Amino acid sequence: MIEIKDLHKSYKMGSNSLHVLKGINFSVKEGELVAIMGSSGSGKSTLLNILGMLDGYDSGTYHLDGVLIKDLNETKAANYRNKFLGFIFQSFNLINYKSAWENVALPLYYQRVGRKERKERAIHHLKTVGLEPWAEHLPSELSGGQKQRVAIARAMAAEPKVLLADEPTGALDSVTSHEVMALIQRINDEGRTILVVTHEEDIAHMCKRIVHLKDGVIVSDSVVEQHRLEANV
Amino acid sequence: MFRFIFDKDTWQEIWGSISKNKVRTVITVIGVLWGIFVYIALSGAAKGLDNGFEKEFQDIASNSMFIWAQSTSMPYKGFKIGRSYNLRTGDVEALKNKHPEIQFIAPRNVQGVFGGEPPQVVRGFRTGTYRVFGDYPVVDRVAKKKIYEGGRFLNDDDIKYDRKVVVIGEKVRDELFYKDEEAVGGFIKIGSIYFQVIGVYKINNFGFEGDDSILMPFTTYKRVYNMGDLVGWMVVAAYDDVDIVALEEKVKGTIKKMHDIHPDDERAVGGFNLGEEFGKIKGFAKGMNLLSLVVGLATIIAGVIAIGNILLISVKERTRELGVRRALGATPREVKAQILLESVFLTVVAGIIGIILGAGVLALIQALLPEDGDFPYTNPTVPIPFVLGALVIMVVLGTLIGLIPAQRAVSIKPIDALREE
Repeated sequence: MIEIKDLHKSYKMGSNSLHVLKGINFSVKEGELVAIMGSSGSGKSTLLNILGMLDGYDSGTYHLDGVLIKDLNETKAANYRNKFLGFIFQSFNLINYKSAWENVALPLYYQRVGRKERKERAIHHLKTVGLEPWAEHLPSELSGGQKQRVAIARAMAAEPKVLLADEPTGALDSVTSHEVMALIQRINDEGRTILVVTHEEDIAHMCKRIVHLKDGVIVSDSVVEQHRLEANV
Repeated sequence: MFRFIFDKDTWQEIWGSISKNKVRTVITVIGVLWGIFVYIALSGAAKGLDNGFEKEFQDIASNSMFIWAQSTSMPYKGFKIGRSYNLRTGDVEALKNKHPEIQFIAPRNVQGVFGGEPPQVVRGFRTGTYRVFGDYPVVDRVAKKKIYEGGRFLNDDDIKYDRKVVVIGEKVRDELFYKDEEAVGGFIKIGSIYFQVIGVYKINNFGFEGDDSILMPFTTYKRVYNMGDLVGWMVVAAYDDVDIVALEEKVKGTIKKMHDIHPDDERAVGGFNLGEEFGKIKGFAKGMNLLSLVVGLATIIAGVIAIGNILLISVKERTRELGVRRALGATPREVKAQILLESVFLTVVAGIIGIILGAGVLALIQALLPEDGDFPYTNPTVPIPFVLGALVIMVVLGTLIGLIPAQRAVSIKPIDALREE
């Protein structure tokens, strides 16, 4: 699903440049649930941004579902993001003046799906995260865990090939963190490929594979025994 | 792009964004609304003033002047300084022949205005003193008088046969006749001669005679007061497109030549240029029109700039939202178009509300003013092309100003937008 070969990325900071990713080789097969770990400055966010086509890279190759992702213009990147990827953010990033279902339906809007079908599909995805009764509520009327579940439903709405989660539990307490991870595990069980960036050991162990990044290189990449959570949503 | 604009979803998205940011929307709308409101109200009022003057002047030969004889201030051709002379009926024809710009000339005589006692007028036991004019029928074109009680104004036959008939003012009628009496057909005695009343006139807002005067045929007057061919003064009316100030100089020149007056004598020929004075008033109305146009447009521009400003702030505020949208698949074009359409939509909505409010205020002023009031204000309107022009200007400016925040919105990389706290 994801093929990365010898990926380099550096940021220009005035006259000197900061070499962030120093040759990453990394691949993810369909249906995997991968945790990317590392301390701050390790390059894990940069890697996720490149994977999410939010940022470019200097050299190497990145194939997503067999398509080379390189030097995309904004329009093309937007279309690929819409088609291939679903994003889950630490701070949820729901649009605060849109109701839950409208937030979920947003990726479908950019796919030019009609409003009626948008709503149907959005409601369906809200149902899978157990929030159908909250469909008409604004984000401000939801708890943190509920917001993140809405965000997950939104990420799922366009049926993307890969879900990218950037510290999905970073803003949540441990109970709701576990709820959200249980949901992610369930979605993964249905065959979806998911990458989770986290710095929490226990969250990482809820995934099937852990990749450790340090100073821009992968220091370890191992399959772990997944810590299953009771799905109660 | 075309499809995008006419897509129902686009508008739902825009409606969602602007209806859910109410304070921002309202403030934005008020900016432009105020601009177009000021424009409409101002230019409508200026037009109303213009129309009002137009209405006041419609019964008056406004492109006209008065000419009378004074004493000379320079010696000439053997005549000494300070000589008095008179305008004569012969001058009228001579002037008309010499200057084709003249539409008509009304020579006039009067008793009881420029010195001299107004004659005593008697009817039965009632008496009064009134100014008596000797006039040609054409004088009615100088300042139209409303004739009522079934009467008529002086006509050419009255002149031809020196008829002893008079047209009297409303006030004269009230003072000499009893309320239930028929004035037209009645007789009044001026000096020692009886005249038949053929009409009662009422003046409009402008009248040189007032409503307490008596008008008799010029020829009758000549005989009654033994005037010979003397003319007290004359009203020279020119066609509408004639430069009345230039004509005044020419007419005076001709009169000087005919009466052996030094060409440079400034005092000998008296004149009052009505056209020039009216021109000043009309110029004032035109100036008001222009002023309202300039002020209105400036206010609209200020309003549109305010929209741009607020959208710029709103884009800054919504950086994160726009970043999310782009992460979810919005292309830069879609983001740009959305901001732009928001700008144009707000501008147009505000514009239309402003136009309606402006028209409402104009209608209100019109309704509050009395029908026949003294204030010159009639039918305040703004021509449709001006309204549409203002709308077009607003849409164009709204688009242009919207480009700035729109460009700003897409100039930030989605990754930076998402990082924004």
